[in-house]
Amino acid sequence: MWFFSSEEKELQKVCRDFAAKELAPKAQYHDEKESFNLAAFKKMGEIGVLGITASADYGGAGLGATAATISMEEFGRACASSTLSYLAHTILCVNNIQNNASKEQKEKYLPKLISGEWVGCMGMSEPEYGSDAVGIQTKAVSVGDKYRITGTKMWITNATYADIAYVYTRTGPEKKNLTTFILEKNKKQFAAGKAIHKMGMRASPTGELIFDNSEVEISHRVGKEGDSIYHMMKNLELERITISGISLGLARACVEQCVKYANERKQFGKTIGNYQLIQKIIAEMSAEYEMMRCFLYSVAKEYDKGNKGPTVAAQVKLAIPKIATKIALDAIQLHGGYGYSREFPVERYLRDSKLMEIGAGTNEVMIMIIAKNLLKTAQTI
Amino acid sequence: MSEERLQLESQLCEEIKKFTKKNIWPEASADDEKQIFRKEIYQKLGDLGIAGMTTSEKYNGMGLSYQSYTRALSEVARASVAYAVTLSVSGMVQNIISQFGNNSQKEKYLSELAKGQEIGAFALTESNSGSDASALKSTAKKTKGGYLLQGSKIFITSGGVAKTYIVMARTGEEGAKGISAFIVTDGMKGFSYGKKEKKMGWRVSPTTELIFNQCFVPKENLLKEEGEGFEIAKAALDPGRVTIGAISVGLAKEAFYQAFKYANERKQFKKPIIEFQAIEFMLAEMNMEICASELLVAKACELLDQIKASKKNNEILKNTFGKYASMAKVKASDTAMKVTTDAVQILGGVGYTAEYPVERFMRDAKVLQIVEGTNQIQRGLIARYLKSEILG
Ligand SMILES: Cc1cc2nc3c(=O)[nH]c(=O)nc-3n(C[C@H](O)[C@H](O)[C@H](O)COP(=O)(O)OP(=O)(O)OC[C@H]3O[C@@H](n4cnc5c(N)ncnc54)[C@H](O)[C@@H]3O)c2cc1C
Ligand SMILES: Cc1cc2nc3c(=O)[nH]c(=O)nc-3n(C[C@H](O)[C@H](O)[C@H](O)COP(=O)(O)OP(=O)(O)OC[C@H]3O[C@@H](n4cnc5c(N)ncnc54)[C@H](O)[C@@H]3O)c2cc1C
Repeated sequence: MWFFSSEEKELQKVCRDFAAKELAPKAQYHDEKESFNLAAFKKMGEIGVLGITASADYGGAGLGATAATISMEEFGRACASSTLSYLAHTILCVNNIQNNASKEQKEKYLPKLISGEWVGCMGMSEPEYGSDAVGIQTKAVSVGDKYRITGTKMWITNATYADIAYVYTRTGPEKKNLTTFILEKNKKQFAAGKAIHKMGMRASPTGELIFDNSEVEISHRVGKEGDSIYHMMKNLELERITISGISLGLARACVEQCVKYANERKQFGKTIGNYQLIQKIIAEMSAEYEMMRCFLYSVAKEYDKGNKGPTVAAQVKLAIPKIATKIALDAIQLHGGYGYSREFPVERYLRDSKLMEIGAGTNEVMIMIIAKNLLKTAQTI
Repeated sequence: MSEERLQLESQLCEEIKKFTKKNIWPEASADDEKQIFRKEIYQKLGDLGIAGMTTSEKYNGMGLSYQSYTRALSEVARASVAYAVTLSVSGMVQNIISQFGNNSQKEKYLSELAKGQEIGAFALTESNSGSDASALKSTAKKTKGGYLLQGSKIFITSGGVAKTYIVMARTGEEGAKGISAFIVTDGMKGFSYGKKEKKMGWRVSPTTELIFNQCFVPKENLLKEEGEGFEIAKAALDPGRVTIGAISVGLAKEAFYQAFKYANERKQFKKPIIEFQAIEFMLAEMNMEICASELLVAKACELLDQIKASKKNNEILKNTFGKYASMAKVKASDTAMKVTTDAVQILGGVGYTAEYPVERFMRDAKVLQIVEGTNQIQRGLIARYLKSEILG
């Protein structure tokens, strides 16, 4: 984008090269095997993106939402599911610690998370509380100078590989009595349940986090009791902007792959790019990609300038993933029978795309947030 | 509609439901993941009488209408699109042999297909000719007592598990008029199977490459005359499209049913999620689209049954049927895609996992918009049918 800083442009190049070298060649393999590309994850540590928004004091890159979104797009274009794991680590875990944890906690956890030595995850959702995240029931009960945590988190990206989990718990009867802990696998403060088999995002392990009366010292608590509802809402804004970057990357991959195929594939004596119905698919998806790109990066830039807002983050998250799924459906259609075969990547793009309409708040939850905020303020746009 | 027919259909659907519940549902997800096709399931579906529903009773078929047949197919598709397409393609092969075969060909091939003991497959597509099917390059060279087939076919449903293949190959000039249709059977010398596709969906149904290397096919396996192959394929594809429509309807119905059930059970914010308008309206819309598709499929079947019953060659009726067949295929498959995608959305996180079937439904839906003529190609056909309908 014309308004990227030189640093952001440089990052874009680094991420693009990295994705071509480390992610793209293995994307199909890990999708098929439903396995995690741990080697690539470790190497993300080497290029310095695992703490993309974290402070340089702890080894982070000290960059903002724009930069993070750039990395999501570039990685997402090559392997969306590795990117989802990267997002869970760097935005859901590292960024939360950076923003909300104490200096001691940051010193303890961030360097190893940012170097890639440790894998991080974030546990909010539970089997009975997904959209209604504020209703979560995993309990942390204070006993002397310790807490005992009991409950189960569901759908946790990286659960089965995580060394560190950033976990929301309930510490009181009122809705807003939510408190966060940073938990360590080494100390057996959580266990991972079985891996969940999925339609897409298959290279990103998803699983349960189980707390069976885990004993946790108070030093693992983030902030004060009851602080978490605010932390949660604030981080969700960045999450929604950056996860839309994965959709953007997938959409770009679709456009590029379609243009290539339409120039190669011949039917009725002509390359199919000659037919108006194919031209329509390509023209529309490219226009939609450009529209999404401008929207997403301009929102990210505003966010970096401090013009934050849950409404616009939800608008991004409502608009972009939906269009990306449609683009992926069209990309398969454009490839005909070949599009349905695993030899071409477009069917994977579709399976991966759908997740962004569900994770980090479903489309319907975005509608609720946007409508609530717009109706409440009743301001002109 | 006759009372009797409706009763028979309902009874059959009940039996299919019972059968699929016991035999298909339990392994559906695991078989999908591992791409396993079970011939014994197909054969048992045959025992229910649905492998040759429109084939004459003389050849062990049921001699029923397309209206009944498509209802049964929809019912199978609710549990498994893969077995439903196996039935549909095998039905298409019987249809071709019934319509274009001579008596000895009918005697020889129809019964075992109609009973469901064996499976039929239809081989038209090649790597460089999909939509442009008449550009196919496989050849059949005349030799003593028959033909030598040379070339390969890709994306062939039931390749490797079928016994009887209708294969289109070139015996003459370029273009549609140089194509002939042959009956090729499993085990013929020079006929082998190439790679089996790994696919997004329809994973239980094998999709395979067929390879012909100087494969000798006796002349009695030629259908009709040389050069009639493409007309035969076209005549089979119209009813084929209606069956794809019916399968789409079945798939969409099951996806809707699962989503509806879940929306009534799942609570968030202390209410069943169906009480939120976003979900409620989505479900209403889904059902509306399904009903519209079902009606189009039924209309196409009615016209087809009329054509089959009439002794005269009625070009206007055929044209109208062709239009409805294409429309039913496009509308129903587009609906299946949309409804299955919405079903995943309604189930949220669990919808995305293999623990619930809706993600499989979504994967199974996509190719319905591609096979038997892509939905783009159908639009071209519809416009052509409209031209003769309106301008004569
Ligand atoms: C691959 C994957 C990775 C994930 N990673 C993480 C992670 O790392 N950490 C984490 O904490 N969570 C994670 N999640 C969980 C994700 O955030 C939830 O799945 C999501 O919030 C939806 O919750 P749910 O699945 O319980 O669906 P539900 O909330 O049960 O929703 C079901 C349906 O009801 C609709 N609905 C619910 N309430 C309303 C309403 N009021 N109005 C209208 N419609 C409504 C929803 O939109 C949806 O269509 C992940 C999920 C997946 C699938
Ligand atoms: C699971 C599966 C099962 C199948 N089973 C069988 C089978 O049993 N037997 C069999 O013979 N075949 C079978 N096929 C093949 C199927 O019929 C073809 O894939 C289909 O006809 C499309 O051909 P294609 O894949 O070569 O796509 P192409 O023809 O290459 O089409 C690519 C794209 O170009 C578009 N296009 C092409 N021409 C035009 C045009 N003139 N105007 C506008 N757009 C155009 C198409 O709509 C499509 O979007 C199967 C395919 C699959 C995936």
